Formats: sequence, structure tokens, C-alpha cells
Amino acid sequence: MSEVLIEAAGLVRRFGAVTAVDGVSFAVARGEVVGFLGPNGAGKTTTMRMLAGFLPASAGAARIAGLDVATQGARARARLGYLPEGAPTYGEMEVAAYLRFCAAVRGGGDVAQAMALADLHAVARQPIETLSKGFRRRVGLAAALLHDPDALILDEPTDGLDPNQKHEVRRLIRRMAPRKAIIISTHILEEVAAVCTRAIIIARGRVLADAPPAALTAGGQDMEAVFRALTLGDAA
Amino acid sequence: MMPVLAIARREFGAYFATPVAAVFLVIFLMLAAALTFTLGGFFARNQADLLPFLGFVPWLLLFLVPALTMRLWAEERRAGTIEALLTLPIAPWQAVLGKWLAAWGFCIVALALTFPLVVTVNILGEPDNGAILAGYIGCVLVAGAYLALGAAMSALTRSQVVAFVLGVAGCFVFAVAGSPILGEFLSANLPVLAEAARGISIAERFGNFVRGVVRLPDLVFFAAFTGFWLFANAVILDARRAA
Repeated sequence: MSEVLIEAAGLVRRFGAVTAVDGVSFAVARGEVVGFLGPNGAGKTTTMRMLAGFLPASAGAARIAGLDVATQGARARARLGYLPEGAPTYGEMEVAAYLRFCAAVRGGGDVAQAMALADLHAVARQPIETLSKGFRRRVGLAAALLHDPDALILDEPTDGLDPNQKHEVRRLIRRMAPRKAIIISTHILEEVAAVCTRAIIIARGRVLADAPPAALTAGGQDMEAVFRALTLGDAA
Repeated sequence: MMPVLAIARREFGAYFATPVAAVFLVIFLMLAAALTFTLGGFFARNQADLLPFLGFVPWLLLFLVPALTMRLWAEERRAGTIEALLTLPIAPWQAVLGKWLAAWGFCIVALALTFPLVVTVNILGEPDNGAILAGYIGCVLVAGAYLALGAAMSALTRSQVVAFVLGVAGCFVFAVAGSPILGEFLSANLPVLAEAARGISIAERFGNFVRGVVRLPDLVFFAAFTGFWLFANAVILDARRAA
């Protein structure tokens, strides 16, 4: 197996009495695109936030390119491109100015190339808050790709995009896939079959399945039936 | 240091991208001039100095500085951009320092725009410009201290209103700590605290600058006060990431 770039080792996150993430472990190597699936509230975003070093883990460890995000945070985050849920950006800034700001804080990055990858040249001088939801998502995506990171964690990268834009983003992910380790979370199950080499299904903070999409549907069921059987069956 | 400056530059620009900068500058300059010439009795005193102006500055800043700082973290939390900011490869203290520098720079611009008062007093008489400079240094330091406190309050909440009220209340405590009314009350009832209250009083320290005296202990006081609240800001940020 090639180099592991994203690793969750027994990640646990508690919010008061609630355990949102309960011992999640997996590893993503270069060349893999992992689809992170689960019902709302399953712990997908919380897990991704811990991997990105935004939320400290209650237990366990998250590593990016072998660097522990808790103890070597800045160095680990320098190797990671992260698109937070909802793609938050500074609305009053122009697209190009925002990306230049991110590059300046990172200490490097190719703004022109990131804008080309996310197809943003037409709106470079527009304030982000005047853009449509799809464009704003692509600004967040461009910010995540700015420094050509080895590891990418994208929380719902295609949410709010129209079918053409979704297609473009999937094509972009497939094109980058051989050189990077990528995790995407999504509610769109066809997306997993379309771009992912592996699917991880989680519910109530636990990993229920971790296999290539083809293996999950090998029993003749479609992805949706597998998803329902796994995430609902556990509750019954 | 580069990330700090990049954050400071963005934050400074954000003041001007919204009406905050214009409103702040106009209100500050109008109030400063109005208070100087009315309550301050600039002409009636018949003295070529800026005491009538400088004396009011800490009280103006008491209300206006929290208006500058309330946005700093509360808005990041509300909009979720705090997640994008803190997952960049920087330490929280770099973001804290960058934001504070931007607000401080903005306050320095506001104070510099009161230069017509200095020109006026120099035309009308022969003031001690050294004392005026000392007074301005004091104003800049008070602004920095209030800003650090206000920014820490902003990190506590996602509501700008709450951040503003906490900021004003916090600054007020340190502004009045050395006032005669509080001093007398404490001397009579809690003599132990009377000396402590004077020790942490911003107004008391600022008074030395207005008199034209720049003392090392006062500089150390402001550096420590500002440093303490910037540190508190970073601690709050670390403890309440996703709040």
C-alpha cells in the first residue's frame, strides 16, 4: 500500500454527555478518493473537523502526512486542503483578494491556477457575497487547492451546485486523485460510485462499513439499499 | 510574522469595506471636537494646551473601541469563517495578534486625524508640544489596551451585541478603578482593595501621560495589560473553537 496521508486513529469526540464520534479509525493513502457517507448527525463533519485540526479530539489521534494535528498542528495543516461545511468565506472580499489573502497567510500558493481549476476567472473581481451558492462553494474549493496539498478533506464539495457544476467538480477530483489522498463527504450516493475508490459509511459516530463501492453493492443491491440497510438496521 | 501581517491587512481592509470605518471616524472626530470646545472649555481656559481634548479621549474610546472589536471574533463565529481561518497553518495567537494590530492601526488613524487641534493650539499660542506628544502616546496606549480587552470579549460569543456590551463593561471597570468616588468607598470599606484598584486604573496611568510624563512603569503597565488580554483572547479561542 502506498503512503498514508490522512489517518484517523480511534477518534472520539464528546459534546457534554453526547458522544458525536465514537472511536472512528481509517487511513487514506495517496491515490485514494474516499466517500464519507452517513445520515445527518452521524458525525461526518465532526470527524472532518478533527482531521483538519479545528476541533480537538476527546480521545484518539488524527494525522496528516504522518504529522499529529494536535501536537504538530501548523505543519500538518500546511499539507492539508480543507473545505469546511458550507464553504464559509469573507463575503465582503473579492474572489481574487480572498484567495490572495489565503495564499499570503499560507506563505505561498498559486492563485491563478486555483482560480483556473475552480473556473473562477469570470468572477475574480466580484465580492463573494454577491455570488451564487455554487460559485461560493467553488471559491472555498479554490482556497483548499491553493497550495496544491497532498491531502484534501472536502465537506460536501458539490452541495448547492447545479448538475453541470457537479460534473465539473467530480471531473476535477478524479483528475487530482492519483496525486493526492482525498476525503469527500456527500449525501449523493451516485457520487460515490462516480468518483470514489472507497466508501466509508458512518452512523451514530461509528464506522459501519469501509469498502470499495463495488464491494458494497456486490450482493446485487444498489447503493441506496445498502446505505439504508446499514444505517437503519443498526438502530432496530 | 508574515501571516500576522496578512491577517492584519485583511482585517484593516474589512473596516473600510463596511460602513464601520466611516461611521467610527465621523462620530469620533465630531465628539472629540465638540467635547473639546464645549465641556472642555478650550477657549475659556485661555491656555495653549490640549488638556480639554486629551482628557476626554479615554471616555470616548470606552464606547467606540468596543464598537471596533465586537465584530472581530463574533462575526467569524456567526459566519463560520473561523473554521476556514483556524484551519490555515497558523497558530491562534497569530490570528489574535493580526486582528488586534488591524484595530490598533485603525485607532491610530482616527487619533492622527485629530491633528487640526494640534495645529489650532500652535497657531493660538505656544504649547508644550512635548507634552502633547506624550498625551497622544497615552491615547494610543489606552486604545491598544481597550482593543485587547474588547477583542477577548468578542471571542466569547457569536453575538456582536453581547461582545459590545461586555467590551464596554470591561473597559469601564478599568477606567473607573482609580476614580475618587470608588477610591473613597473602598478606603472606607475595603482598604485592601483601594490600592489594588488604583494600581489597575487606566485613567490614573493615562493622567501621567496627559501631564507630559512618560514613565517606564506606565509603559510596562500598558504592555502588560494589553499582553494579558491578547493572551486571554488566544486561550478563549482555543477553549471555545466551535462554540
